[in-house]
Amino acid sequence: MKLTFPHMGYSYVAFKALINDLGYEAVVPPEPSKRTMDLGVRYSPEFACIPFKVLMGTYLETIEMGAEMAISSGGVGPCRAGYYGVMHQKILNELGYDFEVLIFEPPQSDYLDFIKKLRRVKPRGMSWRVFIQVLKKNYSKLEAIDQIEHLMYRIMPYEINKGDTYRAFNKALNMLDEARTKEEIEDALWEGRKIIARIPQDRSRNPLRIGIVGEIYVVLEPAVNFYIQRTLGEMGVYTDRSIWLTSYTQKNVIVEGKIGEHDIHQMAHPYLNEMIGGHGINSIGETVIYANQGYDGMIQLAPFSCLPEIMAKGIMPRVSREVGIPVLTIFIDEQTAAAGVITRLEAFLDLLKRRREQKAQEACNA
Amino acid sequence: MPVRVGIPRYLAYFSYYPWWKTFFEELGLEVITSSPTTKRTLDDGVAEAVTDACIPIKLYHGHVVELKDKVDFIFVPRLVKVRKFFTETFCPKFLALPDLLRASINDLPEILDTRVDLSQGPFELFRISKEVGERFGAGLSRISRAYLLACKALRRYRNLMLGGMLADEALEHMENGGGTNREQKRELTIAVLGYPYLIYDNFINLDLVNKLRKMGADVVTAEMVSPRKMLREAKRLPKQMFWHYSNRAMHAAYYYMNRKRVDGIIHVTAFICGPDAMLDRLMEIESRHYDQMPFLTISIDEETGSGGVDTRLEAFIDMLKRRRVQE
Repeated sequence: MKLTFPHMGYSYVAFKALINDLGYEAVVPPEPSKRTMDLGVRYSPEFACIPFKVLMGTYLETIEMGAEMAISSGGVGPCRAGYYGVMHQKILNELGYDFEVLIFEPPQSDYLDFIKKLRRVKPRGMSWRVFIQVLKKNYSKLEAIDQIEHLMYRIMPYEINKGDTYRAFNKALNMLDEARTKEEIEDALWEGRKIIARIPQDRSRNPLRIGIVGEIYVVLEPAVNFYIQRTLGEMGVYTDRSIWLTSYTQKNVIVEGKIGEHDIHQMAHPYLNEMIGGHGINSIGETVIYANQGYDGMIQLAPFSCLPEIMAKGIMPRVSREVGIPVLTIFIDEQTAAAGVITRLEAFLDLLKRRREQKAQEACNA
Repeated sequence: MPVRVGIPRYLAYFSYYPWWKTFFEELGLEVITSSPTTKRTLDDGVAEAVTDACIPIKLYHGHVVELKDKVDFIFVPRLVKVRKFFTETFCPKFLALPDLLRASINDLPEILDTRVDLSQGPFELFRISKEVGERFGAGLSRISRAYLLACKALRRYRNLMLGGMLADEALEHMENGGGTNREQKRELTIAVLGYPYLIYDNFINLDLVNKLRKMGADVVTAEMVSPRKMLREAKRLPKQMFWHYSNRAMHAAYYYMNRKRVDGIIHVTAFICGPDAMLDRLMEIESRHYDQMPFLTISIDEETGSGGVDTRLEAFIDMLKRRRVQE
């Protein structure tokens, strides 16, 4: 059977490996392009959010490539993403495709359903023990990908030759792609980190530091967010984002100790006192955390018409005022053009630079 | 002078107002309701609310602006869950509403943001009422009395709507009596589905219901289907939606389509409404599976003119009438 999955940043490397390890044929979805978007927009409801449209387009593209089933995640709301599966399935059926969208709901909402679906993807003849090993191995691959990506954004603002870090990252990603066993993944990660860390750098720079929060899909998919982290990195800005697929960094790497979901909600508490689905409350809480860590500015990325992030945006001015950090909100839809986003980014960077100079001057005068 | 509590005449107002009013009045508070929506409300709302919000949220801001200098409290309950039903909750905009108001409107009086999560148990509503009552210094017996009367008022209101009244007619009837004689059966019956705050607010829906009546169609809504019948239809969904009002609209749509109670369905939606992006397409797809049920979507925003809506309604009604004749 030919299986596919949604394209989300660089995670396709791990998902491809997982599907192949299970003995199916993986149809790797192409990176979202103009064509993906056109296809998606044509068949999606007008006010569905951009992740919905991109996934719609991706499914249609992979169907052309021969995929028979897609595996994706569900949710318990009230973010619309949890209902994507039902809608995609209904719309694809309407279009006359014999294509199944298999949705894994969070196991705690229905264990039985979760096990049933696992059993469906587990190949006959493979024992549960081996099955779980395969899952674990590929999860570690996913973690490794997150780690090298994280490293790339930390090194990028210091690179001397523009583009070095990204090239090194791609090399490391290829090495991970080729790694088969657990040991090979560990080795590839070790080597990859070395390659990225060893590019020529100018450590005397003091780059602006920007935190990126927002809705998970547009934060994680560079093709949808106009490669914002790479663009900023190559402009000499240090960026850190709060959302990672394995949330590896959230638990382990984030500066100054461990920060968990609970703390993020605590931080958001004075401004937003309710879980509003998606990453709405995280956007607020993490803004406070980044401000406390001395970041210069924040960028909130969200799909146009995203319910939780609109609420977060409405509350953001108050947060920004009270914790003293400028926030740029960028809503992305199929009409958003790269040039417009770049202009806004440049203006925002100018503002942050001036703010920093002002602060330095005040410190001198005092 | 009694404490004045303000209730914005919007959003959940259309579902729970009799409860709130009775309860607060029995506690000895003065209830001040904002006036029905006008152009002014809309302008105030658009000026105050976050730009990307939908019209209903903007209108709510407008109603709060109208009340803010006239009252000591504004009652903005945070509706989280009103029944235990899968993962059902409300649109994130309802969940964050009190926080949003505080962030966007200056000089607000205190906001009474009672959190309502009734999935916890059967006595949860009483516990919440007790909390609110104690906040205003009422004793247990007084709170109990207010609570019982409030529940009774809400029951009456719901029964009136089940009997075929629209929200404003039912409220009018409860205040002043009269209006019980149901009008004669018209040629067509149309289900107007969508959120109560779009269907029962005659300003924002451009007087849609009355227009339909004038064109010769009886109007039925989701509130006219009993909860039991709705739950029976719920099974048709592969997965329940997350939003209370969307679920109600969808279940009602299934009921009317499946039981062939109507000649057509009109879905009223607010421009850029998130849950409706899903709900609208779902209704459209499903309507084709039920005998090609005629289906019309009316989308409303700040700029919607009545001319365009009238034309579409007329065309829809004409089509239904022709269909009738052909059969």
